[in-house]
Amino acid sequence: MGAAFLLVLVVGLVWSVASYNRLVRYRNQVRNGWKQIDVQLRRRHDLIPGLVAAVKGALEFEQDTFDKVAQARTAAMRARGVAQSAPAESALSQALRQLVAVVENYPELSATENVAALQEELTTTENQIGFARQHYNDVAMRFNTRQEVFPANLIAGMFGFEQAEFFSADPADRVAPVVDLSLRSQA
Amino acid sequence: MNFYERKEANRRRTILLIAAHAGAFLVLGLGVDALFLGFPSSGPGFPVVTAVAVTLSLVMSWFAFYRGDRALLRSLLARPLNEDDREHRQLGNVVREIALAAGLPPPAVYVIPDKAPNALATGRDPEHASLALTSGALVLLDREETQGVVAHEMAHIAAGDTAVMMVVSVLFGSVVMLADWSKRMLYFARIPTLATILFAAPLLLLVVISPALSRLLAMTVARQRELHADAGAVELTRNPAGLSSALRKIAKTRSPLRGASRGTAHLFIVNPLRRRVDENPARWADRFATHPPLDYRIALLEGRAV
Repeated sequence: MGAAFLLVLVVGLVWSVASYNRLVRYRNQVRNGWKQIDVQLRRRHDLIPGLVAAVKGALEFEQDTFDKVAQARTAAMRARGVAQSAPAESALSQALRQLVAVVENYPELSATENVAALQEELTTTENQIGFARQHYNDVAMRFNTRQEVFPANLIAGMFGFEQAEFFSADPADRVAPVVDLSLRSQA
Repeated sequence: MNFYERKEANRRRTILLIAAHAGAFLVLGLGVDALFLGFPSSGPGFPVVTAVAVTLSLVMSWFAFYRGDRALLRSLLARPLNEDDREHRQLGNVVREIALAAGLPPPAVYVIPDKAPNALATGRDPEHASLALTSGALVLLDREETQGVVAHEMAHIAAGDTAVMMVVSVLFGSVVMLADWSKRMLYFARIPTLATILFAAPLLLLVVISPALSRLLAMTVARQRELHADAGAVELTRNPAGLSSALRKIAKTRSPLRGASRGTAHLFIVNPLRRRVDENPARWADRFATHPPLDYRIALLEGRAV
């Protein structure tokens, strides 16, 4: 009787430790994911002046577009905290998209090597920010789910784990399309 | 799909494969000791061939695990990216993007000079991973399609498939080779006694069934992995259209990849040997196919039941 009780106690303890460690691992992934977004955003801030300089000479009459990009960049760099930086960064994305649209209006310009390189750089920069956010949301979702399901929620509650915040307010961003492997009739 | 759990399963599978290979070599070695050297009744009294065989097996495993990726890339003449080439620069960018999506360090990127469009990933873990596309794939595919293909390879890396598949490549290749060799050697065996038969029976069994069995098992696992990596690619890019369009384009080409062989075919995104039987609509008519038919993979990506 005493041995059985001891066994239950040991199993419970081992499970608690494993469960706690898993929560810590997920939380670190969330923090790291958040840092990655920051790294990518800063990378974009650093890239913009060079990218703009590459096409500015050929597009002097589009001064207005360049000013908007420069203003949006300054605003984004000054922003502190998620509440400020999220709208500032999306305004910067908007301004950059407009710049790309303007450049695409001049096909003879798009054909030149440095403009093509600019377009590729802007595309990859936006994609890298997008994918860094997506990854953050993926790990945040996993971390949050882990805290909510029984019985891991007991451990999460006991040690005061907090829910991670999603980056995007748009819930459509969070849902991943899934390839349904169950459609296959034989393996 | 949780890459972490599949990674754990793959780690266990790698250890199991290495153990199974050492076990098979142990049996083969004992068989040779019994039939040719008269172990244990006469001869040197120590199973020399067995010891050599087991050591050889472990050396091969070590090589497959730690050096297999470099040997493979060298055999395919893979070159690092040329930063002056626009297509190469774009590939480097796409790989960095998908690495961010997977939350992994960007793998080393190579281009294989071959006009057959194909791609592969290798390396023992995400920190030592390499990813290669053929120059044919770079020319054929647009940015979105390249992203789909890169994401498929990144899914293999994230799930830890690359380590297992490399071990499979080297180890099963060696089993087939040894089985062939010992079949021929059996003509020179000594007159069997009861003791030698006891030791040699597993050898005979292994010689007869192992090549077919190991290939069958390996390829079944490989086919499943391709489907999982397709699904993983969609999870990473959130875009099934890129990969399905890439596979559609590749399906229209017919040229085989020079430098690929039966032993390495399962490492690529599509079968580099481009055998017609692999695309047989009577699904997997050939149970030894390394990849599911392309039409079938495209249908799954597009959400059509087949």
